[in-house]
Amino acid sequence: MKAYKVFAINEGTVIDHIPSTKALKVIDILGLENEGILTIGIGFSSEKMDKKDIIKIENKYLKKEETDKISLIAPNATINIIKNGELKEKRKIELPEEYINIVKCRNPNCITSVKDIKTKFKIVSRSPLILRCLYCERVIKAGEVEIL
Amino acid sequence: MDFTGKSIVSIRELDKDSFLKILVTSKEIKDGKYADCLRGKLLATLFFEPSTRTRLSFESAMRYMGGGVIGFAGTEYTSVKKGETLVDTIKTVSGYCDVIVIRHPVEGAARLASENAGVPVINAGDGANQHPTQTFLDLFTMNEIFSDLSTIRVGFLGDLKYGRAVHSLAYALSLYNTPLWFISPELLKMPEYLVEEIRENGSRIHEVENLEGLDEQLDILYVTRIQKERFGDMQEYEKVAGCFRITKSVVESLGENIKIMHPLPRVDEIDQEVDTLENAIYFKQAHNGIPVRQAVLGLVLGVLQ
Ligand SMILES: [Zn+2]
Repeated sequence: MKAYKVFAINEGTVIDHIPSTKALKVIDILGLENEGILTIGIGFSSEKMDKKDIIKIENKYLKKEETDKISLIAPNATINIIKNGELKEKRKIELPEEYINIVKCRNPNCITSVKDIKTKFKIVSRSPLILRCLYCERVIKAGEVEIL
Repeated sequence: MDFTGKSIVSIRELDKDSFLKILVTSKEIKDGKYADCLRGKLLATLFFEPSTRTRLSFESAMRYMGGGVIGFAGTEYTSVKKGETLVDTIKTVSGYCDVIVIRHPVEGAARLASENAGVPVINAGDGANQHPTQTFLDLFTMNEIFSDLSTIRVGFLGDLKYGRAVHSLAYALSLYNTPLWFISPELLKMPEYLVEEIRENGSRIHEVENLEGLDEQLDILYVTRIQKERFGDMQEYEKVAGCFRITKSVVESLGENIKIMHPLPRVDEIDQEVDTLENAIYFKQAHNGIPVRQAVLGLVLGVLQ
């Protein structure tokens, strides 16, 4: 059965092509825990990828600045905005300018590791992906990124 | 570049124009201008770890400009000891002064302070990360002797892995495309990401393991200390440290025009007999910390433009 049929919604946002089992992490990053009705599908088979997760967020239209926050864990996700039961907008994820409280700093002597403050990373290079901690200024490469 | 109200946290936020502004203003101050121009202004020096020379140098800079100083060094007797957070300390002290100088053992502390202070914050060292006024005084010293920073040939010797002064200065020089030599034992090499960054900025980089074959190749040799703690094996340490010790004959082998710099304090990496040579400019370099810090204080307070 096609995933869409399972998830038919009238109003809201569908995030498709999330790498499988990352759906809960996506919800966490987007802060959607208490934002109304969510439907989560984990481990659907997909033509594009091995296995994928899907999230349906009812009655909420996520903006690009919001969904770009998940670029590190679901870079190939697609965002479908549904209005009146119709697909109004379909878009891809792009890298934002900075990540706030999404990435963990690997430096144990960084103020964000020592104190309870939000991490901030700026993108210094998009390809290959390199991030710099705004506080201790250490860089981390794509393969080393650890999500908070 | 208008520095008024700005915090000076990291070299990475500055460009050649900002460096020029600082160098020119420092020179004017060294030549006797702007005395007493900070009368009525108050500096707070918050030293969460001791660094007597840096603190005295900032305090002396502020007093030469006619300003006042408050502050603490070490956290033993302060409310910090009672568990006050850094953010609370900064927010409170902001109301007591016009500018803050902070030194803290944790990397990023100065950035956090600058985000929460109502006054400009000057980073006087945050762990192994940044200490921008050290870089300004290094650039100022180089510029005093060699007027063109883009053509001098600078060698960095010693601990290039952990050396904060080296990292910032090499980065700053890379904005001028200055050719750089990184001379260190394998164990203490410049971190890869920095080498890449510096190369991308436009400096030609030569990485070598010792001074062999560098006679007449360099204009400046910037020496840093190799710390015992970095080595597991003390015999290995003795061997390496011995190879990186600068004596009179090492200086002579590098050519008569070589200038030797060091961020100080030194232990024994430069022999005292070198001090009397024309080539040794490290005390002059340290003294330049005063006019340079005067310039930075005057600029961020908006009294100098
Ligand atoms: Zn960090």
